[in-house]
Amino acid sequence: MKYSKLTAVSALSLAAAGFGASAQAEDLTLCWAAWDPANALVELSKEFEAQSGHTMNFEFIPWPNFADRMLNELNSGGNLCDLLIGDSQWIGGGAENGHYVKLNDFFDAEGISMGDFADATVYAYSTWPKGSENYYALPAMGDANGWFYRKDWFERDDIRAAFQEATGRELAEPKTQKELLEIAQFFQEREIDGQTVYGAAIFTERGSEGITMGVTGALYPWGFKYENTPGSYDMEGAVNSPEAVEALEFYKEFYETATPPGYTNSYMGESLDAFKSGQVAMAMNWFAFFPGLYADPNTGGDKIDFFVNPPQNQAGSTLGGQGISVVAYSDKQDAALEYIKWFADPEVQQKWWDLGGYSAHNAVLESPTFKDSAPFAGDFLEAMGAVQDFWQEPAYAELLLAMQKRIHDYVVADQGTAKEALDKLIEDWTETFEDEGKL
Amino acid sequence: MGHLTTGKLCQMTETPLTRAANATPPSVARKIKGLSDRAIAWIFVGPTIFLLLAINIFPLIWTINLSFTNFRANRPNREVEYVGLRNYERILTDTDIWLNMQATAHFLFWTIVLQVLIGFTLAYLINKKFKGNDLWTTIIVLPMMLSPAVVGNFWKFLYQPQIGLFNYIVAFFTGKDPSSFEMLGQVNLAPWSIVIVDTWMWTPFVMLICLAGLRSIPDYIYEAAEIDRASKWRQFWTITVPMVMPFLMLAVLFRGIENFKMFDLVVQLTGGGPGSTTELTSINLKREAFEKWRTGYASAYAIILFVTVFGLASIYVKALNKVKER
Repeated sequence: MKYSKLTAVSALSLAAAGFGASAQAEDLTLCWAAWDPANALVELSKEFEAQSGHTMNFEFIPWPNFADRMLNELNSGGNLCDLLIGDSQWIGGGAENGHYVKLNDFFDAEGISMGDFADATVYAYSTWPKGSENYYALPAMGDANGWFYRKDWFERDDIRAAFQEATGRELAEPKTQKELLEIAQFFQEREIDGQTVYGAAIFTERGSEGITMGVTGALYPWGFKYENTPGSYDMEGAVNSPEAVEALEFYKEFYETATPPGYTNSYMGESLDAFKSGQVAMAMNWFAFFPGLYADPNTGGDKIDFFVNPPQNQAGSTLGGQGISVVAYSDKQDAALEYIKWFADPEVQQKWWDLGGYSAHNAVLESPTFKDSAPFAGDFLEAMGAVQDFWQEPAYAELLLAMQKRIHDYVVADQGTAKEALDKLIEDWTETFEDEGKL
Repeated sequence: MGHLTTGKLCQMTETPLTRAANATPPSVARKIKGLSDRAIAWIFVGPTIFLLLAINIFPLIWTINLSFTNFRANRPNREVEYVGLRNYERILTDTDIWLNMQATAHFLFWTIVLQVLIGFTLAYLINKKFKGNDLWTTIIVLPMMLSPAVVGNFWKFLYQPQIGLFNYIVAFFTGKDPSSFEMLGQVNLAPWSIVIVDTWMWTPFVMLICLAGLRSIPDYIYEAAEIDRASKWRQFWTITVPMVMPFLMLAVLFRGIENFKMFDLVVQLTGGGPGSTTELTSINLKREAFEKWRTGYASAYAIILFVTVFGLASIYVKALNKVKER
């Protein structure tokens, strides 16, 4: 009922706006990362082109260079992009440095309600300061870090028997982080069909954000917090809490005992490669890749299944995903806003999900058919219910690089202890917040 | 008619100077007439000096100025404060930066030592006349013609523990399991992995410079030594090495400066990892300047590196001149 009402309202508003008939045709450029959902968006945007008369161009940057390239573009006031699907952590800088157009008035005028989108995505992708109702983006792509595994191996009698013998329990999707490690260790260097396979592919990349996105998949379920009190920047006892230390030690053990050899600088691409080449039993990666994995002719279909990042002391998943913003330096802001208005339409959002994008619109997520629409749809909903994001401060890049260094130094380079790594991280972050005038 | 006569006269006594004077339009010539030689010289070098000031000197002075501030290029609206020597103090007391310096020194020292030894040896061998000499020279110089990004990427595959050719070759000779060691992933091996790749790529450059040095030694010196019954060993140490030394030192200077600012190859290979084991100063500087956007801090860092390279290079050039004078 709600769905049909929304459809009717949006159809009316489209008709009222009459875009395509009155608006001047523009060449719009949308910037995003180069990955599977971007291809789906190209397909989806053809409808916008037909309706509006505008032409859509796309600038897709590979993930390892995405932040570098786009933040440089924004910082230099470049007008390459009219629309930007920027990472969730950029929202603070985008808002405070004036890179993104504030969308509140536009949303009010067009009747776009943030209440129509999943709360977690609005909070993470659209608002700055956090908890306020200042909107700088429309939730475009819900995402979280999840897991996928070789279902065909998990179902094999010989492997199940061996697992039962080794651990005393049934081989099944893990219910805790420790079970996850146990399963990965069981598969490590196991011979399957004459080939040596390994436990799991996790994120260990050093240069951009990889190892941070991976390790937070362990830290959050252990109860990691960035601050004792939100907004206070008091990190001592939170960042280096005993739970955080235990989680970090856990991730190091995972890296050392359950990953393929040479897996020292690996992120999304390497995780996908390791799984598709039949090297690993399990892998972590963003939900955005799951439609493509399921469709893979060799390791997809019946051979694959998915699970949400397992809890430990609590449920917790690392947030991915992005909101779509209008770049303040664009001279085609009206046309860019038209695109946002079109994209917010529930019908378009449904098509977005159907094509492989992750809609954050409640009309899609709360649809009774959603959970059964894909084998990972239910896991996605569960994950989005317990997501946590990295700092979204304007100085996020500095905070992120400090964490990359401290975690990589400890986990991969085996330097110092987990407690020392987290203590040093607090020192780095304190220095940054002091420079920012927040401490 | 008068013009023709003048023209004929000029042709009769034509020199480059008179040609230039004749080519100058009378109006310009009249204007230049009143200028001194010094003024004319300034007119000619002026544009070059202006470009140098605009492209090199001004940015340097501006960088020095920024190094005393907390400026961030991604926050143009933020108030810029002068922080005195705080950036310099932070850098020079930061143990992580000293570790980066150590990693750079290790890389610099070993790449130069290996490239000089192997490069000189190859040049010495190539200098001998044998069949296929030119073909071998071409094959040897191929690596330095490749892009560092390409070299970094394919060596990454060569170092791959499960499928990498490098690991299999080492395994063949040592009997070790190829996947039992990770050139790019182990703290003790990663610094050597970048040394090996840089040596593979740039030894041909050193070889070419040495070859030029070897070919510049006149044959009569060796013939005189033969007449004096000097052994080959003695000829090598008293003729070849001293006469090639200025060339060799030049090669060391070029490679030293290049490797001090090494970035692309190492980023492709290790990204500075594992941990920060191969994070050379240039990689760290780039992160500070263009990822963290601590422009003031990065400016101070750049000035420290500039002074270091400039100081070392100056001392080295003086030594090089002394060797040449001998």
